[in-house]
Amino acid sequence: MPPKGRIEVNEKYCKACGLCVEECPQEVIGLAANRINAKGYHPAELINAGCTGCGICAIVCPEAAIAVYREIAKVKEPGA
Amino acid sequence: MDMLGEETIVYERPATLTDLSSHYCPGCTHGIAHRLAAEVLDEMNFRERTIGVASVGCSVFAYNYFNFDFVQAPHGRAPAMATGVKRVLPDRIVFTYQGDGDLASIGMGEIVAAAARGENITVIFINNANYGMTGGQMAPTTLPGQVTTSSPTGRDIEVAGFPIRVSEMLSSLDGAAYVVRRSLHDPKNIRLAKKAIRAAFEVQARGLGFSMVELLSTCPTNWGMTPVDAIHWLETKMLPYYPVGDYKVGPAVAEIKI
Ligand SMILES: Cc1ncc(C[n+]2csc(CCOP(=O)(O)OP(=O)(O)O)c2C)c(N)n1
Ligand code: SF4
Ligand code: SF4
Ligand code: SF4
Repeated sequence: MPPKGRIEVNEKYCKACGLCVEECPQEVIGLAANRINAKGYHPAELINAGCTGCGICAIVCPEAAIAVYREIAKVKEPGA
Repeated sequence: MDMLGEETIVYERPATLTDLSSHYCPGCTHGIAHRLAAEVLDEMNFRERTIGVASVGCSVFAYNYFNFDFVQAPHGRAPAMATGVKRVLPDRIVFTYQGDGDLASIGMGEIVAAAARGENITVIFINNANYGMTGGQMAPTTLPGQVTTSSPTGRDIEVAGFPIRVSEMLSSLDGAAYVVRRSLHDPKNIRLAKKAIRAAFEVQARGLGFSMVELLSTCPTNWGMTPVDAIHWLETKMLPYYPVGDYKVGPAVAEIKI
């Protein structure tokens, strides 16, 4: 199982440049089609399951708008 | 999206950036350069002792976006101002943030002299192959044949001469301790750019002399492209003319492990 992750896009900063959409290896980011932020941009958001928390979207985001989280893999209890 | 179980933070906005939304155009990689500088200063714990020198160009308002002291220099004069600040306050980390119109045209004398003096400052040099702020005119870094508002049929090298490779040029000066070029066009190169910025600040912190990181950067607005197309243009057109590489790594600098 690939690690599970998620992102939070701070919509105040997002300018819908699409660089994160282009670079996400899992292709799980899109621009919200029917919503705009205060500046009038369609902000980026997760559109599908499958984010691994790799952080690539945050590395390419010029606005530092993305926070990335990854689930800590649980160590299985012996015998469980 | 579902919340996860127990999780770690992989990335969050660096504390050294203020909470202002930038004035940069969507997809402009000036923003990536800002972010990297902020991340590095956070990681080195240098925020409280850093002083930035903003230049003239789209990054003229850089002082709004960093959570430490900043001054703003007249066009091209940032290295001179940084020299003054650093000499008066030698324990501070002093860096300039300059575009290619600012640094390589009106400010060419200043940057050459600062590097030749081995001034113990750091320069972050944004090469986006044009004058962004004023509407996309030809800069010293504009590529042969590149269409700009002041070279509407493409830069004619017979008339306008050849583009200047600033890193290569400054690397010939004995005062320059660390001079490298990096690019902001993909995750791998962005990581390498961050490492170089860290090395440059390290050079300054150790008092080893002049350091500069040239960053190939996009200007989607004046290039007349989407942000994604601009990244592609940088990679296919700018990179061959401006290869990334370490142009000067002084002997004492080579010892630094990052
Ligand atoms: C003394 C002086 N001359 C000219 C100008 C006009 N001017 C403002 S920004 C700029 C060029 C900026 O281009 P660059 O340094 O490449 O930065 P960018 O905007 O592309 O980031 C010029 C010529 C000025 N402000 N002051
Ligand atoms: S963290 Fe990785 S997988 Fe998740 S959205 Fe960002 S780029 Fe895609
Ligand atoms: S890279 Fe950043 S600014 Fe651009 S669309 Fe994604 S979140 Fe928004
Ligand atoms: S004009 Fe060009 S350099 Fe200036 S903010 Fe816009 S895209 Fe960036």
